[in-house]
Amino acid sequence: MNNTSTRSKEWIVFGVLGALLLVAAPLLLSGFQLNLLGKFLAFAILALGMDLIWGYTGMLSLGHGVFFGLGAYAMAMHLKLAVGNAGNFGTDLPDFMFWNGITELPWFWQPFHNFGFTALMVFVIPGLLAFLLGLLTFRNRIKGVYFALLTQALAIVFVTLFIGQQGYTGGTNGITDFRTILGFDLNSEATQKGLYVATALCLGASYLLCRWITKSGFGKVLAAIRDDEVRVRFAGYDPSAFKVLVFTLSGCLAGLAGALFVPQVGIVSPSMMGIVPSIEMVIWVAVGGRGTLVGAVLGAVLVNGAKSFLSESFPDFWLYLQGALFLGVVLFLPNGIVGLFQQVLNKKTELEPSEVPMVSEEGIAK
Amino acid sequence: MTTLLEIQEVTVDFDGFKALNNLNFSMKTGELRVVIGPNGAGKTTFLDVITGRVQPSTGRVNFKGKNLAKKSSEHQIVNLGIGRKFQTPRVFTNLTVTENLALSLKRAKGVFKVLFNPLSKENLTRIENILERVGLASKALFPAGLLSHGEKQSLEIGMLIAQDPDLLLLDEPVAGLTDRETERTAALLKDLNQDHSIIVIEHDMAFVREIASTVSVLHQGSLLCEGSVQEVQNDPKVIEVYLGYPEGAIHA
Amino acid sequence: MTDLITQIFNGLSTGSILLLAALGLAITFGLMGVINMAHGELLMVGAYTTFVCQNLFGTYLPAYQDWSFIFALPLAFLAAGLVGLFLETTVIRFLYGRPLETLLATWGVSLILQQAFRNIFGANNVDVQSPAWLEGGLRIGEDLQFPYRRLFIILLAALCVAGTYWFLNYSSWGLRIRAVTQNREMSACLGVATRKVDAYTFAFGSGLAGIAGCAISLLGSVGPSSGLNYIVDAFMVVITGGVGKIFGAVAGGFAIGQIKTSLEVLTSSSLSTALVFSLVILFLQFRPSGLFPQKGRGVDS
Repeated sequence: MNNTSTRSKEWIVFGVLGALLLVAAPLLLSGFQLNLLGKFLAFAILALGMDLIWGYTGMLSLGHGVFFGLGAYAMAMHLKLAVGNAGNFGTDLPDFMFWNGITELPWFWQPFHNFGFTALMVFVIPGLLAFLLGLLTFRNRIKGVYFALLTQALAIVFVTLFIGQQGYTGGTNGITDFRTILGFDLNSEATQKGLYVATALCLGASYLLCRWITKSGFGKVLAAIRDDEVRVRFAGYDPSAFKVLVFTLSGCLAGLAGALFVPQVGIVSPSMMGIVPSIEMVIWVAVGGRGTLVGAVLGAVLVNGAKSFLSESFPDFWLYLQGALFLGVVLFLPNGIVGLFQQVLNKKTELEPSEVPMVSEEGIAK
Repeated sequence: MTTLLEIQEVTVDFDGFKALNNLNFSMKTGELRVVIGPNGAGKTTFLDVITGRVQPSTGRVNFKGKNLAKKSSEHQIVNLGIGRKFQTPRVFTNLTVTENLALSLKRAKGVFKVLFNPLSKENLTRIENILERVGLASKALFPAGLLSHGEKQSLEIGMLIAQDPDLLLLDEPVAGLTDRETERTAALLKDLNQDHSIIVIEHDMAFVREIASTVSVLHQGSLLCEGSVQEVQNDPKVIEVYLGYPEGAIHA
Repeated sequence: MTDLITQIFNGLSTGSILLLAALGLAITFGLMGVINMAHGELLMVGAYTTFVCQNLFGTYLPAYQDWSFIFALPLAFLAAGLVGLFLETTVIRFLYGRPLETLLATWGVSLILQQAFRNIFGANNVDVQSPAWLEGGLRIGEDLQFPYRRLFIILLAALCVAGTYWFLNYSSWGLRIRAVTQNREMSACLGVATRKVDAYTFAFGSGLAGIAGCAISLLGSVGPSSGLNYIVDAFMVVITGGVGKIFGAVAGGFAIGQIKTSLEVLTSSSLSTALVFSLVILFLQFRPSGLFPQKGRGVDS
């Protein structure tokens, strides 16, 4: 009975938050603020995926910027092609290709004319990369620490590649100057509002998906892997298969986040997929509270909110603050804001068990 | 009775150190076998080889007539019907006692099967039965990390029961337990032996006498001798191997 | 033929840089299990020390300007070592046994250090002039020339490896370090001050980064965030070589250096980065623990 009441309480909270984001925010916030919030919500989708692989499974990925970037680039390619010959140079080619002396649209750009194909690739490309990397690292039992470092190397590799292959990717400047999405003018407020709503809906759907996964037996296996992977094998499971699937899913969510980010922000560039943004994505989850989905969403919105406020007001100071944030969360707040909240309320529900203080049996029994 | 497990001339070489040296071993379905041996005799490696954790340098391990080929990994061997309890209890401390058992239940354990098949009613009843059987019913919803050492041992045995393997491997199941807990474990093992074959590695000779019919003695990675507790204890080779310990140690 | 020799020499030279950058990591990561993301900034501490040293000589002892670099080497070791010591006592010591947490925390340190460099030395890159005695090169035959600067770096790397090897294997501190990394409790019982050993080991590893920073400053201008360029490569070297062995870092450094320079000749710089990474991943499929893994039972448990 207790169980069902907490569950219905959760649904109420979910409903209220949904109403706030979908109805109240578009009515109350200015276009600029709503756009900013939309960007944060896209990041929150990525944070959910990051939490799945790191918070729940214990594998730290420092390469999520790449998955985010691949989703973003897929969408950017479509948006760029949608410009057609309305651009500054009057050619059908994207402007940067024209500058780079490329005369014909490369074959792998062709299918991105189609929105359906693009929407699929937003998941498939990052998902496939995550799947391959996961397969190659998890199957051979390469240590978790190595996995973190390899994903970080992945970020360097992709940034170098995207900068190096200017003619196909737009190089350092990336791809920008989009006009329309599905025929709607990207500069109009209504389109931006629509994109915001789409992002909020995607976040809701991603949350439900992650919630279903983490509450199921599958989620218990993930927690068990984080606890003691060897023991999981001796319970008859193949941990690497689970890790590969979760990492793939996590990559797909990051790709979705990237795709939602691009039309709202209007640019994608390699600097968004490097090791610096990738590790920042980890800190969103850490600040909010790893191992809780709410924490991931909260962390993404809060850290990015603070960043856009502080990095503009105090650009010099921001890096110090960010450094302190990393240190502070690791040293003093291992379970993030949600963990702190739970500790303060001294609630026993969903307490991160590893952090449960040692209590005598008598103390618990009563 | 059929042969359940057969180890043929297995050698495990750790950079020149032979943890197992040309070991031969076999047991029949339904047996409860105790393996003893001084420290460094290769007892844990013996279990590692059976469960695929360590690959033998030479030799074969046959289980139910199948060669546990070099390539099969631990979880595949587990799903063939071998369960293992480690020396120090290893339970999932972040999960509750019930979740620990649910995770171990004998059911389809592929990624998608786990994702789309929730626990059935029979599964839940079975978990409740096991909770009763290992005496943890009152702590069903505790995180396993909060259990005492003895309770963790019980939980891990419960997890093995849930797994329902044909062969149970237990590495020192009574180490660090109180006398009462030891007695209960002995009773539990005998009970389990009704429908499972069991290999127990143990130092505690009182416990061994309590449960064993046949004892195998390992020494320097090979089988030294095999027989009833009485025979083994009187075997001059065994006494010699254990020399250096006070005479009483093995008879304790 | 000369092309081949030049190629091998370039690989050796790149490998030496990688090795120098990775040697400190081989100690802090390999022996202590700390993933120090601020290692790149420790390199920069060394580089900036060289820069400061040069300026001081330029102002006060212009006649001996050429020798400022020689003074900078030990000073860089000390400066980076002190920063490392401070880092260990204030942050790392609370995080032993949790490598991923050290990664995140030291990333924070790295950000703070970068901003500190920017505030102290400005956002622009600074140049270290290499001393006159490192100009030019060793000429062999008609068209073979080995720049002295690169020869010096190779020599420096060799000296650092030899010094580290001696320190770890033959000095009394080295004995304590090995004892503590192998069995902390037992060492403590035998009266080894494990806290102190941890702190000094970390400081030593950091000091090596300082020396590497000196070498890096010879190759081009350095800036507040130049450290980032080296950190990932350095970790790849340690992973490829195998954690816990100094010799692993040597082999890893030269292997990656050689492959990288060869691929750069054959393809482009950006493709060679991607290819090296793919090769490392492929290599780990066959040797998940690197070229020189730690052996014995229980290492993976």
